[in-house]
Amino acid sequence: MMAIRHLANCPATQQCAIYSPRHSDGGKIQGSSSVQSDTGQSNTRQSNTPLVVESPQDHKFLVNRRSFVSDEVLRDEVEKVFGSQWIYAGHDSEVRNPGDYRTRDIAGRPVIFCRDGKGQVRALINTCRHRGAKVCREREGNTRGFYCFYHGWTYNTDGSLRGVPGEDGYGPDWDKSQYGLAHAPRLESYRDFWFVNFDPHAQDLHDWLADAKNYIDLVVEQSPSGKMELISGTQEYEIRANWKLLVENSVDDYHLLSTHITWMNYMSNSGVNMKRPKGDLLPSRGKGIDLGNGHLCIDNPNYRGRPVAAWISVYGEEAKADIDNIRAELADRLGEARAARVADTNRNLSIFPNLVINDGSSVTVRNFWPVAPGRMKVTAWALGPVEENEEQRARRLHAFLTFYGPGGFATPDDVAALESAQEGYASWREVEWNDISRGMHKDAADQLDTDEAHIRVFWRRWSQLMEGAGAGARP
Amino acid sequence: MNEAGLQTLPSRADVEDLLIREAELLDNWELDAWLDLLTDDATYYVPPTDKPDASHADTLFIVADDIIRLRERVLRLKDPNCHAEYPPSRTRRFIANVRVRPAEGGLIDARANFVVYRNRRGGDTRMFTGEYRNKLTHAGGKLKIAERRAVLDAEELGSMGAVSFIL
Repeated sequence: MMAIRHLANCPATQQCAIYSPRHSDGGKIQGSSSVQSDTGQSNTRQSNTPLVVESPQDHKFLVNRRSFVSDEVLRDEVEKVFGSQWIYAGHDSEVRNPGDYRTRDIAGRPVIFCRDGKGQVRALINTCRHRGAKVCREREGNTRGFYCFYHGWTYNTDGSLRGVPGEDGYGPDWDKSQYGLAHAPRLESYRDFWFVNFDPHAQDLHDWLADAKNYIDLVVEQSPSGKMELISGTQEYEIRANWKLLVENSVDDYHLLSTHITWMNYMSNSGVNMKRPKGDLLPSRGKGIDLGNGHLCIDNPNYRGRPVAAWISVYGEEAKADIDNIRAELADRLGEARAARVADTNRNLSIFPNLVINDGSSVTVRNFWPVAPGRMKVTAWALGPVEENEEQRARRLHAFLTFYGPGGFATPDDVAALESAQEGYASWREVEWNDISRGMHKDAADQLDTDEAHIRVFWRRWSQLMEGAGAGARP
Repeated sequence: MNEAGLQTLPSRADVEDLLIREAELLDNWELDAWLDLLTDDATYYVPPTDKPDASHADTLFIVADDIIRLRERVLRLKDPNCHAEYPPSRTRRFIANVRVRPAEGGLIDARANFVVYRNRRGGDTRMFTGEYRNKLTHAGGKLKIAERRAVLDAEELGSMGAVSFIL
């Protein structure tokens, strides 16, 4: 199927309804517990309707709502997106010492993210090579090895098979060295962010990250030693919406004014200047930026307070001097210009497909997975410099909760917006298209954070992977 | 408060009365009246599900409000622009297994099990179970809540979604 199509060649945009009868009920999943649908019954594959349509001449960029409700599309994503791209696995600080481990699902696979006895970080597939039971069932810990309780096979932290009860039952040809735990085919890191790739032939992580590296650098440079750590405490929650909606939402500054009124009021009540210059939607005017390979960000002058060197009244008077000191250290180390970049700008960074690092009111690392077309699991952490003292760490965590997380002053309203959209997509047969055209009439250099150029970056990459060669070509 | 600086331990019935009154106010969305049950420097915590016993000073919580933010939270919840709670959820709280013990600092450790049902349109009923680990004190002649800690039982928030109402 051809991917991003020229709008004029796409009959769907002229007479959408003619495609509708061919769609099945494959996407009937929104908002309820009946997330399993009639697999195999969907005939959306036969549809000629593209999922992403772009027409620069008409300043139109459309995403078919089938993308959010179809089992077929999700099955394709599992193969073509999550099976081919670098997927975030964990942060180096989570497995600081030899023997440290965390168990988690990565791209639907049970994985032990660990540091082996010799200090090498590993991504082991958490399934016994004998009959499949998980060899580690704890959430996290430190261990000398992994043990399958089903028949008692034991493994070392590098994945090699250590012992098998009654090994003589396998005969002389049995080669124990061939029965270690499987590893994710590729495991690489950039500045302590570890990624796996289930495609052994994938491009190197460093190249694949493209310009996203510059923004990871900006986040990491908050730390005097260049070492950030994931802070204890995990927010794990579900959203009854398609996973791609959280990509959009995480980098969408257009929604702030209407979705987050109560957060803005809270800031304003707390003495933060939330005044908007005439004609602007937000107190500061930022940019939406294409970072290559589907990675993107918004890059904004700060107005909302940052634990790294931008004091707001919410932090309390007593924090002022300390934040001045943090700022002075930044300027000493990085120079005034770079210090200003680190301290006085916010960035919401989306690393394709499902990792978001938002460096705003605090730093959040957010990872999310589809469990059904209309349902995702979100895992979110706070990230902070390893050097922070108790007071600074407490301030960072307090600042985090002013906005982020399932009990924050903003995230629950995002969740409500995404779930509301997903409910709306039950009418995907009648109302086929989402509009992502904002700002298209302007030059690339003029794309604001409140435009949608950066959101189109995600969709172009997604379409390229999902709908094949030729995608992304803009006529 | 007696001569040794220790608070007289209230009876279980007194603590139950307070918790039941609190549940009633929260279920009725009488949030200003609910604030009156708290001390002027009260705190409200919902720890993360993977670190239920941790401190908010070094661990990322789901909710960790001081009284300033708690009052702002109530303002937010009363605002129709609090989209996550508009229309407001219909909640129903059940309080049980109340335990009363002396706590450090002359406070009263009041624990109770809870079940909170949160109902929204579309047949969406979510159940939150856990334990309140509250600290109470006598203030102005009344038993008040100085620290309110709702510890969830679940391993992850999961299908409970957000804690957008007062748990």
